[in-house]
Parts: sequence; C-alpha cells; structure tokens
Amino acid sequence: MNDQPLWLTFIFAFLIMNVLLIGMAYMTYFERKMLGAMQDRMGPTRTGPKGLLQPIADGIKLLGKEDLIPRAADKWVFFFAPLIVFVTAIVGAAVIPFGGTINAFGRDLNLYITDLNVGALFVLAFSSIGVYGIILGAWASSNRYSLLGGLRAAAQVVSYEIILGLSLVGVFMLAGSLSLRDIMLEQQTNLELGPLTVKNWFILSQPLAFILFMIAAVAETNRAPFDLPEAESELVSGFHTEYSAFRFSFYFLGEYISMIVVSLFAATLFLGGPSGPGSSDHWYLGILYILIKAIVFLFFYIWLRATLPRFRYDQLMGLAWKVLLPLVILNIVVTAAIRLASDGLLF
Amino acid sequence: MSSTVAQPGTDGMPVFAEDMPPTGTYTISDEVAINESERLLTLNMGPQHPSTHGVLRVVLKLEGEVILDCDPIIGYLHRGVEKLGESHRYAQVVPWTDRTDYVAAPMNNLGCVMAFEKLCGVESPERAQYWRVIMSELSRIASHLVWLGTHALDIGALSMSLYCFRERELILDVFEAFCGARLTTNMMEIGGFSRPIPDGLIPQIREFLRVFPDRQKEYDDLLTANPIWLARTKDVGVIPAETAIDYSLTGACLRGSGVNYDIRKAMPYLVYDRLEFDVPLGTKGDVYDRYLVRMEEMRQAIRIITQCVDAVERMDTPLMAYESEYVIPPHKGTMTTAEDMQRHFVWVIKGISPPVGEAYAAVEHPKGENGYYVVSDGSSIPYRFRVRSPDFVNLGVLSHLAKGAMLADVVALIGTIDIVLGSVDR
Repeated sequence: MNDQPLWLTFIFAFLIMNVLLIGMAYMTYFERKMLGAMQDRMGPTRTGPKGLLQPIADGIKLLGKEDLIPRAADKWVFFFAPLIVFVTAIVGAAVIPFGGTINAFGRDLNLYITDLNVGALFVLAFSSIGVYGIILGAWASSNRYSLLGGLRAAAQVVSYEIILGLSLVGVFMLAGSLSLRDIMLEQQTNLELGPLTVKNWFILSQPLAFILFMIAAVAETNRAPFDLPEAESELVSGFHTEYSAFRFSFYFLGEYISMIVVSLFAATLFLGGPSGPGSSDHWYLGILYILIKAIVFLFFYIWLRATLPRFRYDQLMGLAWKVLLPLVILNIVVTAAIRLASDGLLF
Repeated sequence: MSSTVAQPGTDGMPVFAEDMPPTGTYTISDEVAINESERLLTLNMGPQHPSTHGVLRVVLKLEGEVILDCDPIIGYLHRGVEKLGESHRYAQVVPWTDRTDYVAAPMNNLGCVMAFEKLCGVESPERAQYWRVIMSELSRIASHLVWLGTHALDIGALSMSLYCFRERELILDVFEAFCGARLTTNMMEIGGFSRPIPDGLIPQIREFLRVFPDRQKEYDDLLTANPIWLARTKDVGVIPAETAIDYSLTGACLRGSGVNYDIRKAMPYLVYDRLEFDVPLGTKGDVYDRYLVRMEEMRQAIRIITQCVDAVERMDTPLMAYESEYVIPPHKGTMTTAEDMQRHFVWVIKGISPPVGEAYAAVEHPKGENGYYVVSDGSSIPYRFRVRSPDFVNLGVLSHLAKGAMLADVVALIGTIDIVLGSVDR
C-alpha cells in the first residue's frame, strides 16, 4: 500500500463523488431508455439530442419544486432522514478499488480512496445504516402508507442483510481478507481449469454465493421485484409518499447511488474488479472494465424491473428465511470444508 | 345495555353492571384492555389511489399487514345514467351507456339496443348481427386487455400494461374505422347499422386476428408460469362455487369458480348459437383461475371473430331493418329530396314511441351479465331504465375475499374482480 498525501486522496474522493452523482443522473437516463426499449416505446427523446439532457432537466425541475412538509410531520427527522439515505449510499464507494497503485504524473497514485482492512464490512454496514433514513423518514411523515412502507423496509433489510453478509463469507474465506483491495488482488491470480488458465474470479469458485448475493442485493436496495417499501400499487410510493422537491430527490439519489455502489461492490467481489485482458499493463483499461461490469449489473437491475411482478410481504420473508438462509449456510459450510481440505486440515 | 349503572373501568371504557360476572374476579383480557381502535390501523385506500381502478374507496382495518375488515365505498363516479335514461328519447339513451363501462363501450350499446329492440319487436338483419358479434368480441378482447394490463401492473409486472395497451390500440383503430370514435363509440343503433361498413375494415380486422395470438403468447410466457405471479395469484381470493352463486357473481368471477354459466350459451342472442366456441371454466376459483379463464376467453373471442369475419365477407344483405317504423329512416336521400329529409328530421326530433310494455335484455359482457331493463309507457321516453352492471354486483364479494388477506392482496383482488368505476357507479 502506498501512503499518498491527504490532498491527493481528497482529489480522488472528489472525483469519485462527482462521477457517482453524474453516473446516477445518467443511470436514470439509462434506465428510462432501457425500460423504453423493453416496453416498445422511446423513453426520453425531447430534451437535448436523444434526450441526453433529460436527467439535468429533471434535476432542475426537482430543485424548483415546492418543498412541502406536512403539518403533522416531525420536522427535524423529516429533514434529516433523506440525508441519511444519501450520505450512507455514497460513502460505500470510498473502499471500492478501481485498480492498484499506479505510476502517473510522476507520482505513485492509489486508484482507491482508502483501503480499509474491513472494507467489505464497511460497505455492508453503511448500507444497513441507510435503512434508518427510510424508517425515520417514513415515521416522520406521519402518513399511514409511509409507516407501512417503513415497517416493510425495516423487516426486509434486516432479513436480507443477513443473506447479503453471509453470502460473502465464502469469498472472505477464499481471499483470507475483508479488504476489498486484497480481494481484488486475490482475483488477479491465475486459476487452472484443466487446459484453461483463467483469472481466479470468485464467481467461478462461489457461483451459489454470487446468485444469493445478487438476490439479496436487489432486496437490500429496494428494487423490483423486492420494492415492497415503496410498492407503488398498494402503498403509493410507501416511505417517500410525503416527500417532494429536492428532499424527495435525495431518496432518489440515494437509491440509485446505492445501486451503483452495490454493482461496483459485486463487480469487485465476484468479477475480479478491474481485472480483464490488458488491465495489468494499462490501468485505465482496469477502470473501464470495472465500470462495464457494474453497468452489466445495473442492466440486470433494470431488466428485473421490466419483467417481474412484485413479491408479497410474507412471501419475501419466507424466501429470505426458508430458502436463502439455508442455502447461504450450506455455501459457507461447503466452502469452509473445501478450504480446510485443500490445506490438509480436514481429516 | 342499560345506561343506569355505568362506572369507569380500568381501560377508561364504562363497565356496566350486567357485563360483570355474577361471581368470581372480574379480569380484563389484553383484547379488552387495549382499546380495539388502538390495536388496529385504519387505512383509507382511495378514491385517489393508483390501484383502485378509478375512484373506488376501500376502508381497511389492518392488523400489521393482515386485513381484518374491508369496506368498499362507491359512488364517486355516479352520474345517474339510469335517471338520464328516463329523461331522454330512446335513441339518445344509447350514448349514455358508453359512459358506464367505458373500456368495452360497444357491449354496453349492444345490451341497451337489444332491450329497445325487444320492446319494439324489431329484429336486426343477419349481417348486422354478425357485425355486432364481431364488435362485441373485439371489445371483449379490448376490455380483457385493460384488465390484464392493470391487474399485472397492480401485482408489479410493469411492462405488461404497456404491452396490453399496444394491442388494444389495434382494436381501437378498428372501432375508429368502423364508427369514428375510439372510446365512447355509440356504435349500435336500433335495427342494425345505418352507415355502410367502410372498405378495408375486414382486412384490418384480419390483420389484428393474425397478429394477436402471437402477442398473447408473449403475455403467457411472461406470466402464466412465472413463480412470482403464481405465488401472488394462486390460492389468493378463493371463491367457492356456492359463494360465487350466493353473491350472484357473473362472468369470469363465476366461471373461474367452475360454474358453467355464459349468457352466450345459456340464452343465445344474436348469432352466437351458430358459432363454435368454448366456455373456459376454472376449478378452484382463485385469482389465478380467473386469470386463466380470461386469457382463454380472449383466444375464444379470436375464434368467434374469425368465424364471423368469414361469414360476413361474402354477405351483401342489408345492415338495417328499415322496414320497421322504429328504425331510423335511411340517410340516403336526406340531402336531395325534401320528403326523405322531413321523414328523417321528424324521426330524430320526435323519436320513437314503443308500445307499452317492458323488456330485459342481457349480454355476456367481458365482466359478466350486463342487463338492461326498460319499461315503456307508450311515450318517446323510457318510463324506467335500469342497468344491471356486472361489476357492481361482482364488487360485492370484495369485502368477503379481503378478510384475512394481506394488504398487497387487496389490489390483486380489486384487479381480479375487474371493475370499472363508471360501470359500478353508473
């Protein structure tokens, strides 16, 4: 690890944050275009060439809207809840490595903001704190639909967090570390698969964990088919029913940024992060690869939303505790046994 | 309960002497100690709610997410169609029926016109009857497409609604070519059709018949075997056959429970007795069965339309029973000869005065039995005009179904009953 001056880290953090915000804005554009294509329609076309300025127009519109606070609302909580969602979503990106240490501009630069030794836990922890924003916002709205949405969010996130965390245990055991940088570097070693030599991406050795992680990640970010807290058809947007203007857009930003962060996280954990052909020689290819991998995940999110109906609350809980939890524990046990056997410690 | 010896109890509620046990200790269980209204969450759904299909209002009593009580409240779209029908001349009543169930307007027109024809003793020519069947089956598909799109959207399948409306557009194009209007068609007239069938309509319908089965296959692929769809619809909202009969349900709500009652078969009208089609029946009566029944009804409607189009293609017989005095005189000539113009003018201004009597005609509407009852006192205005709208009757079963269901099921139940508030409130 390279100790670089703090101001460089600040610059990099500033860059990442802006990339995330712009990425989020264009994520909405990407989603609308993709949904449009899947639903036989055009998506945004009017604002700018091919509707490319649509996210910016939406942002300006949201800034200009009236900021309504219901009279019965708990004003301070109502004020802070969206910020919790937004901040916790964006903080997760601090530990995502976009590459190793490179030599550019005559210096050694780290392509990550920080390398925490518990990086993976850091991401999980902040995504768990994010749900407080939802619950508090729902409570502060003093609206019954919001309240039900908040209760659903609490139950859902508590259940799926367990799956999310446990599904990664296999990866941690294989990598021997919780640091995302170590996990990334571990996946750049080669793996012999008979005649083939491939990079040791953890999706190959942990396919079940990958599937479970993806299911739990969709639930954790409250996206279809697990978008129960904001179930539009019965709860009329659930926890953010009473939010308007830029307060609403903080929820919106938070949701999309957490999708992007989870996608980057998944790419780092299971798809080798920046690894790919030529990435060891050219660091910019690595950044490109991790972004492409994240976009594949984001496309997957949109695809799910366009295709699947929504689960019912009890079915969602049943799925988590009766199906996913046994599977994830099975995965841990099998991985641990194999790991021990390969080290000659078993039997 | 007398109010003489009331004294405050521990829960703040008055305790009456006659409620006390005669001997022993008076204990208060948890259910009593916590006021019932504090344990339950009353949730008001609607009338402005995206999933109540218009302005239905449902007051729910929830314990967690489980519904203990469900009280549908209607009337927010009441326009008094029956009263309007009693203050307009016969031919003017027909357009009001468009506004009842506006997603299948030709079917409403048909029922109303059939009641009037029965009253006057007019029978429309064979060719017009075939065209009426074509239009009513097309509107059955159009109505079922709205049902499928919104029902799937309520359950969370977002794209379905757009796919369904894409196909419905083709049907509305046919309506537009046929009568000029897309939603409130005012298509049927007493005695048949006074305007000629436009050229190119039959190829347009044939094109729809060609395209639609493949598109319906897409819906099937997306939903019928989808595990989430199955989880959300199977064993939800089960209506046993006896309950369905008790609540006098009709249409797919009845046939989904396995009761074979379809007016097209039970009391054939128009040319339905000459057409080959099957009546799909469900077995269990849950939301999924009704989904399957309606999907199959769309396929059967395609079968019916194909037969009718084949039959009508070679026909060159008149479309209107002009020989009857109750039928509007031909438009032809109104522009050139004074006599024709006068006759037409007088018919339109004075209207028709059917003989004294009463008539009831029912059609198998996409939502069930749509009946029109009309009483004539010999004047040009109906003495009594009554609409039996199927979804008003079907909606009665909602509170029965919702008890014990989850909150998310309410939208599935409203969807499966297939209501249009214009028709419920009339």
